[in-house]
Parts: sequence; C-alpha cells; structure tokens
Amino acid sequence: MADLKTNFCGLQSPNPFWLASGPPTNTGGQVMRAFEAGWGGAVWKTIGDPIRNTSSRYGAIDLNGVKMMGLNNIELISDRSIETNLREITEVKKRFPKHLVIASLMVESKREVWQDIVRRAEDAGSDALELNFGCPHGMSERGMGAAVGQVPEYTEMITSWAKQVAQTPVISKLTPNVTDITRIAAAAEQGGADAVSLINTINSLMSVDLESFAPTPNVAGKSSHGGYCGPAVKPIALHLISSVAKKIKIPIVGIGGIGNWRDAAEHIAVGATCVQVCTAAMHYGFRIVEDMADGLAAYMDDHAYGRIEDFRGRAIPNVLDWGDLDLNYKVIARIDRELCIGCQLCYAACEDGAHQAIERADATGGGKKNTNGMGVHVPRIIDEECVGCNLCALVCPVDRCITMVQVDTGLPPMSWKQRTGQAG
Amino acid sequence: MNLRETAPKLSPEQYEKNFAESPPAMTSRQAAIEAARCLYCFDAPCISACPTHIDVPTFIKKISSDNLRGSARVILEANILGHSCGRVCPTEVLCEGACVMHEKQEKPIEIGRLQRFAVDYVLDRNIQLFHAGQPNGKRVACVGAGPASLACAAELAKFGYLVTIFDRNELPGGLDTHGIAAYKLRAKDSLREVDLIRALGVEFRQNTTVGRDVLFEKLEKDFDAIFIGIGLGETWDLKIPGDELDGVVGAMEFIEPTKTRAFKDVPVGRRVACIGAGNTAIDVVTAAKRLGAEQVHLIYRRGETDMPAFRYEYDLAKLDGVTFHWRTQPTRAIGQDGKVSALECVHTRSESAADGSRKIATIPGSEFIIDVDLIVRAIGQKPVTQLLHEVAAVALRENGTIAVNKNHQTGNPKYFAAGDCVNGGKEVVDAVAEGMAAARGIDAWCGSPRAKQA
Repeated sequence: MADLKTNFCGLQSPNPFWLASGPPTNTGGQVMRAFEAGWGGAVWKTIGDPIRNTSSRYGAIDLNGVKMMGLNNIELISDRSIETNLREITEVKKRFPKHLVIASLMVESKREVWQDIVRRAEDAGSDALELNFGCPHGMSERGMGAAVGQVPEYTEMITSWAKQVAQTPVISKLTPNVTDITRIAAAAEQGGADAVSLINTINSLMSVDLESFAPTPNVAGKSSHGGYCGPAVKPIALHLISSVAKKIKIPIVGIGGIGNWRDAAEHIAVGATCVQVCTAAMHYGFRIVEDMADGLAAYMDDHAYGRIEDFRGRAIPNVLDWGDLDLNYKVIARIDRELCIGCQLCYAACEDGAHQAIERADATGGGKKNTNGMGVHVPRIIDEECVGCNLCALVCPVDRCITMVQVDTGLPPMSWKQRTGQAG
Repeated sequence: MNLRETAPKLSPEQYEKNFAESPPAMTSRQAAIEAARCLYCFDAPCISACPTHIDVPTFIKKISSDNLRGSARVILEANILGHSCGRVCPTEVLCEGACVMHEKQEKPIEIGRLQRFAVDYVLDRNIQLFHAGQPNGKRVACVGAGPASLACAAELAKFGYLVTIFDRNELPGGLDTHGIAAYKLRAKDSLREVDLIRALGVEFRQNTTVGRDVLFEKLEKDFDAIFIGIGLGETWDLKIPGDELDGVVGAMEFIEPTKTRAFKDVPVGRRVACIGAGNTAIDVVTAAKRLGAEQVHLIYRRGETDMPAFRYEYDLAKLDGVTFHWRTQPTRAIGQDGKVSALECVHTRSESAADGSRKIATIPGSEFIIDVDLIVRAIGQKPVTQLLHEVAAVALRENGTIAVNKNHQTGNPKYFAAGDCVNGGKEVVDAVAEGMAAARGIDAWCGSPRAKQA
C-alpha cells in the first residue's frame, strides 16, 4: 500500500493534501472538521489587521450546465481579530498535533510589523508560515498582497524580514499576475524562503449582467476585479509550477484547480511537494479529500510508487522549450470504424478549424448501419493531408475512437534549435 | 351514448393527475443539462429522420445559449406545428431513434421535450415570430382545419397568399384538437397553436362543410387554388351482430369528448373493450383507464409481436393495467335493453393459405364472453373522399385516398391534397411535411408570385 506521508521542509504531513488559505480555513471549527475528514494540513485564512468585506463576494462561471467551472472572489483576508485566530490555532494544534497548521500572514510592509506577527503566529503553535504575497484584489490597493508579490525586490525583502526571526519554515505565496513568475520565485528563494506556494488567484472580472450591466459579484450594482480559481485554472498552475521548478531549488506547494487525486498527481508530477485545495472544498465540502487520498494511493499502487517522492517531478524533464521539440516526430489520426457513431464533429472541426484532412462519408455512410438500420456516416482521414494536430481526437465524443498513431518518417530526431544551429 | 353501467366519477384532481402531460415539461435547468448533452453533430441524422427536417442541433444549441426565441424560430420555420409535434410525435422512431447517442450506448437526446421547452417559451409569451407576406393577390381555400391544412395555410400566408380555411367542426385543429390522447395534447394547446396560424392572417370558417354549406364550384370561382386536407372519417364497422347496439362506438367518437369536454362529463363504461391494436387503440384503452374504467380489454386478432402500435405506446397501456387478448376476434356484441352488455370473442390462429400467404382462422369451440358496457372500434378509419366525386378529374386510389403527384397536385390542376386523406393515415408530422410541400406546389403552380416590397 502506497505511503502518502509527506516530508515538507522537515515537517511530517499525514498526506500531501492541505486546505489552502481561504474561506474553508476561516475558523478553528472548520479546520478541525477538515482534519477529521482527512486533510493532512490547513493553511489558515490569512491573518492580519481585520478587514470589512463586501456582500456579495463570489462569482462563478458554469459550462453547459456544469456548475462552477471557475470561481472568483473579492473577499479579503480574515475579518476576525488576530487574537481570535491565534487562540484557535493553539486549540487546533492541541487537538491535532500530527496535522500541519500553517499560518497565512499579511500585514503592512514594515519590518517590525511582519516580525511581530511571525513571532506571534509561531508562539500560537503554527507549524509553518505562509506569507501572502498573492492576493490580487483589495489588499493590493493597500500596498499588500499582490502589490508585494509583483515586485521581486519587495518579495525578497519581506521574505528576508520574516526569515530573520522565524523558527519554522517560511513559504512565500506567489501571484500569477506577473510577467515572469520565475523571477519572483527566485527573489523569494534569495530572500531565504524555505518554500514557495503557487498559484494564487488570477485577476478576473467574472461576468456582466446584460440587463443591468452590473458586473459580478454584484455589490450594489457594481463590482471589482477578483481572484479567479477552480477547475479552469489548473493548466495555468501546471505551467507556472513547472517553470518555477526548473528555476529554483526549494520545495514548491502546488495550488490551482485541484479537484481530485488526478489533478493533485499532475501538480506533484510537475514538482509540487504538497498541494493546496480551496474551490473544490467550497463546492463540495471537506469530504472530497477521502477520494483524493484513496485515488492517489490506488494510482501509486498501480505504478508501484511506494512514496510520493517516487514520482514527484517526473514530468519536469519533459517540459521543454518549443525549440527543443523533435520536428521529425509525426502522428496522424486513425478513426475506429466500429466505435464511430457518425456525428461528423471531426469532419466539421478539421474542415473549418484545421487542415482539411478529413473526408465525409459518401451517401451510404460507407455501409455502416445503426441499430435502427440507419446509415452511420463514418468519415475518412486523408493521410497525406493530416498534420497530426490532435483536433479531431479532441472533439471526438467517443473514447478511443480517434487515436493518433505514430508514423515513421525515416528521419532522425531534429529540433528547431538543431535545425537552425542553435543547439547547445 | 347510453351505457348499461358507467364507471364511477373521479375527483377533479384525480382526472387532472391521470391526464397530466406525460412526460412533464422540462425546467430551465433540465433543459440546459439535456441541451448540453447534444453533440451538435454535423449533418445530423436526427434532421433527416424528421419528416419536416427540423434543424435539431441548431435549435438545441440555441437552448444552450439561452436564445429560446431563436430556438423556437428554427423549429417553427421548419414545422409551424412544432408545438404539437413536440408532444405527439413518435420521436422514438423518428429524430430520437436516429440520435447518434444510441451508437454510444447512451440515452438519446430528449429532442421532443427540448422542442416543447423552446416552443412553449414563445407561446407562453405570445411572441410573434412570423408575419404574413406582402399580399400577392392570390387566394387559396384549404378544406379541413387539421395539421395538413394548417401547415399549408401558414406556408402560403408567409408567401403572401390570402388563405381561407373551411372546416366542418366547431373548433379548428383537426385530430390535434379532437383525436389525440389528452395526456399527449390538450385541445386548448392545439387551439393555442392554431392562433399562430390565425396571426398570419389566415381566415377560419368553422362549422362549414364544403360540398354542402359551400360548393366546390363556388370555391373554384373564388380561389386560385384549392387544398384538400380532410383527413379520414368514421371508424370502420366491426361487421358483427350487435354492431348497432348503444355503447358500440368508433375510436374518434370515444376520444373526442376527452378533448372537448370536462373529464367528468365523458361517458365511459365500468368495463370497456377496444378492438384493434394500433396507436389509436392504445389512446382508447389508456383514456378509458384514466377516466376510471375498472376493466379495460384490448382485443387483437393477431399476436403480440404483430401489433402495429409502437412499443412505447404498448408499454404505456401495460402500465395502465390494460388486459390484452391476443389472437382473439370479436364475433358478436350482446345487448340488454338495446345497450351493449357483453362481447363474444373467439380465439384465432395463423394458417398458411394455398398461395403461401398467412391468414387468420378462428378456432371453433374457443368462444368466450367478456362482460362489457362499452365497445370501442379502433380498426382504422374510412376515407371521406366520396365528396370529391363531384370534382372533375380529382382521381382517387383504390383505397379511397386521393392520388397526387410529387407537388401534391391532384388530377385536377387546381386541386392539391395532403395529409391522411392522401397517405391513408400517418403521423401529424407527416401531414405537416406534406402540407408544406403542397403549399410549395401551389406556389409553383401559381407562378411563385411575390409582391414588390414597398
């Protein structure tokens, strides 16, 4: 049986699944219920000078009847006093000594203020600290959150302030709302951070009500840009984590679009040591962690990975610059006649959206009949025209009906860099 | 109708429950989820499977994008009776039967219910999607106010023709209003749909029998073309002793009151027998059950696998608790004081005739008697085309249906015809498709006149 225990900067986490700093970790009561449900750690809702929130605060995008493909929020850090939060951290740690409680912190950009909150959080018993340099809305207008995380020098400076007094691991949480996140990650490492966590939410305006022209989330007919998260952002997170993983040596905590074990495993494969989850828990509750752990263990058992380290970062070497990809590798599409249902979506996609490499079936549908005796129009790939783009396989609604098969070009591998003499 | 014993009356709530639209209308959320399942096939098979070729993927995608008005327009442009067709079409053997989801071993898209959802949206809001064309100076008379005539009239009105519909009934709509099971389509919904056609400027002359109240000669003088969409008439007789007893009625005679009267005022026996096993027979037995009949028998001279009713119609009757008598033929209706009280039947078997064909033979000595208060004949309808004998050159086929060419033109070039009176009795959607084709035929024959836009 796979062992999900994870070593993070010398701390033992029962599993790699932590709740991210956000509404699900607002109170001690929630965090304790989460631990009972199986979460290995929780990053407390960001502690700082209490704020006042708006009503409403969240907006979502649904896709074809599926709810909350993406979520955004304009909620700020904790609206409860620092004392209350720290007292509850102490209580939680007393009840759950083996689970990780990480205090997320955000205060004004002054050395003594940061160092004071670091000491108080550690005195309360938190196992580690996460410096919130990522919150893209509200707090950034006050010179905090993303206002820090968007400037490498500020990120390095404040990280170093925290490190000067911290006894526990310090995680700098990064915002994706920057031109080059690897520079910010390097600055955090330079400032002495023990780890980075990414991505924080992405700047977004959720939607516009076309009757009132009020954007959402609607606050008295107005809105403001907020932080976007949920299933839609996973590809952005995977890209940024893999980029950062190539740049720095310290551990990474993966955040962004994780809703199940598979998403988590992908984050781990591009270099995450642990992962944080928020939207999925907001959507379905803490119970989702059971399948995250169960599914990840099953995957690891199937692949004989005894520990998470056995597959962590395994995808990183495969993420290359485009110029290093083999231009002589070729695949073309194959349609399985038996599986084809005759929707001809591949034809429409290839003809209008790609390379005109699919031919429609003739009037007889090539002879295939459905259960009601009607012709099933199985299209045909024109091998000579197929560039192997994948589009037909992506639009095909039937599993394994269209596959991309490798064809031997008879040529040795050659990248763009090799072709143009830039190969190092 | 005078019955020996009638079924006890039900409460108004129970009647409404029994005749509630089945399946119920979709909620917005159900429609959104179901519409999202549609793959949006290219050159989709559901389109070709629909006699009126409604662009199904397009109207479903418009439901997905919350463009319900556009969705309804796509439906009604192809089929002005999309409202009733969404309810009464045998979708299982048409659009939904062709859905590619079958090949995926998945449930086909609920096209009929989605169509209802979209069309209900515009009807509930009285949204006028179509307008009469600029008058082109031509006039057409449509005889009959059923689906074929309504479709033909609507299409012609859009082209700019002035259309007058002549119909013998008090209410327009033909079978939609009078003859289709009430849980599929209520008369008021059929009439709501008729209003769509009325809004195109089509004039309705109800309670007017052509050939009696108005003569064909007069129509020929007043109109440039005449469309015949008179459907079918009385149910065939059983041709058994006792056929004339009170309580032996035709299917239409039995179903019509369920559409046009309050359910409590519809006469139904405590025990009912229906002869025949087509879709109309299913409408009869299910209506009888829902009206409160305690025992309902369906009698069919062939076997279960031979029954012409669609499978899902049969399933419906089974769920309603109808008793089926296969390979059984009625021999005699027995009366008491002139009212029917029992039906004598005999078992049958299939025999090979000398020429190799199969024929039904009765089994002597296998007679049995069923106590009944009402016998409903559902063995097909007679043509009513006799009235056309007075019209020169309109040729009838041997079975009494009207002979037409591909433009739905009869032997007399001024006369066009479509629907049940031509095809011998098919679905509403077939009548619509034919009625529209006839409209195009009439238009072509008139030289496709179009008024100059002002």
